[in-house]
Amino acid sequence: MSNRFTEMLNSHDVLLADGATGTNLFNMGLQAGDAPELWNVDEPKKITALYQGSVDAGSDLFLTNTFGGTAARLKLHSAEKRVRELNRIGAELGREVADKAGRPVAVAGSVGPTGEIMQPVGSLSHALAVEMFHEQADGLKEGGVDVLWLETISAPEEYRAAAEAFALVGLPWCGTMSFDTAGRTMMGVTSSAMVELVESLDPAPLAYGANCGTGASDLLRTVLGFAAQGHSRPIIAKGNAGIPKYVDGHIHYDGTPELMGDYAVMARDCGATIIGGCCGTMPEHLRHMREALDTRPRAGEAPKLEEIVARLGAFSSASDGTGDDEPSERRSRGNRRRR
Amino acid sequence: MSDEDEIILSELDDEELVQQMFDDLYDGLKEEIEEGVNILLERGWEPYRVLTEALVGGMTIVGADFRDGILFVPEVLLAANAMKGGMAILKPLLAETGAPRVGKMVIGTVKGDIHDIGKNLVSMMMEGAGFEVVDLGINNPVENYLEALEAEQPDILGMSALLTTTMPYMKVVIDTLVEQGKRDDYIVLVGGAPLNEEFGKAIGADAYCRDAAVAVETAKDFVGRKHNQMRA
Repeated sequence: MSNRFTEMLNSHDVLLADGATGTNLFNMGLQAGDAPELWNVDEPKKITALYQGSVDAGSDLFLTNTFGGTAARLKLHSAEKRVRELNRIGAELGREVADKAGRPVAVAGSVGPTGEIMQPVGSLSHALAVEMFHEQADGLKEGGVDVLWLETISAPEEYRAAAEAFALVGLPWCGTMSFDTAGRTMMGVTSSAMVELVESLDPAPLAYGANCGTGASDLLRTVLGFAAQGHSRPIIAKGNAGIPKYVDGHIHYDGTPELMGDYAVMARDCGATIIGGCCGTMPEHLRHMREALDTRPRAGEAPKLEEIVARLGAFSSASDGTGDDEPSERRSRGNRRRR
Repeated sequence: MSDEDEIILSELDDEELVQQMFDDLYDGLKEEIEEGVNILLERGWEPYRVLTEALVGGMTIVGADFRDGILFVPEVLLAANAMKGGMAILKPLLAETGAPRVGKMVIGTVKGDIHDIGKNLVSMMMEGAGFEVVDLGINNPVENYLEALEAEQPDILGMSALLTTTMPYMKVVIDTLVEQGKRDDYIVLVGGAPLNEEFGKAIGADAYCRDAAVAVETAKDFVGRKHNQMRA
């Protein structure tokens, strides 16, 4: 099946994705704790402005304001009955902006985690997770997205459930996980384990990768981990604009637009095909990333870890959980009977 | 597994049994932990000794490996669940025997923040370390904290926020405590999001805790110091 996004992925050397949704909306007056998705209906002009900001900065694709659009998340705002509506309208606003861009721009329907822990460790069943992702994806499809975009996932079970739901909807999809705990996801998934997971899925995502997590340096180390697995599937890098710092009562990300320009070309050299930002990434950062990708040549080889540290800052942990430099093994002697 | 010797808990001596319970907590085996607790009680162990030597001892190992990036959230949740099984047996007995309290904590995510996985982990690990935990849930305005502090008289106030946009609210709570002259009555621990100690200092908390394991270590440390001060 061919569509705008797959065509772009095939014809472009590299695609520039968008930046932060939350950071931008907070700057427009969203209050902490409010559901950004409600603004699709209550403040459509601001959502349009958010999308337009990415397009004007040169993004080839942008994500819809539907990250918390599952029933599980919207329930916390008593809006669980509005899943379809909020996702559809979030997508429609995006469709309008993309179609007026004057160049091909893809609309990616953002799907974030349910926020619940799945069985067997937690209480959310696979069937219910699939149902919730299905409902959200239906709304996004109805609103005209080109591709479904799963992001900030930490549990393999949840990634799998979303994949199953997206297959039911019949749109191509991409999916990233967030590696924020000693180089792994919160649930302990390493970069190499994610590649294994992705390659085992049917339909597999068109592209996979990492978003958010800690700083841009860690994210590139994760991308190197993906690339080391030697598959040809396109890799997504959506890193935060530096590390959040607390300054005068506000949170400020310390990554400058110039640093994010460096990050973008380094992400490309690490093997990423779709490159964007996450928290803290504003249109100004995207402009620098666009220019860097368009004007600076490829390095010919991936940067060494030392070079990433030198240019983007230190890693948050010594190891990323892959390879032979594991801190140490699990202690359990495994001599227990299992019932 | 079939050719391995099956371990019969009741045939182990006390020391071996406690070691085995450490392993079983590590592997999140709830039924085995419940069985182990009951055996130790039958052998005449004080409930408080079962709690501190077997359960808290085992969870300390889980916590250390979580801190060091060897265990991750799923394993810790399973271990905490096994711990809970043992605690359910011990709790009424501890109350009856008037066992000493390790400490008490009131915890909740701050106003605007509805992400509670981290807070739940801290609650479980604190309980695993023998603390009594009063969980206020999510999205707490300053009034909720003040009420709970008044009613519960805890040693520790714990605040959690995942979003960098909600973390500044922790300062609102601390500033209110300062205004009311209550700040020094409590140990204030904050956590969540990829921030750091600087943040904790900047808002006037006693400590910023990177993760649940660090929260437990920090809590023990501060409560220990507080008790020493009271004795001095």
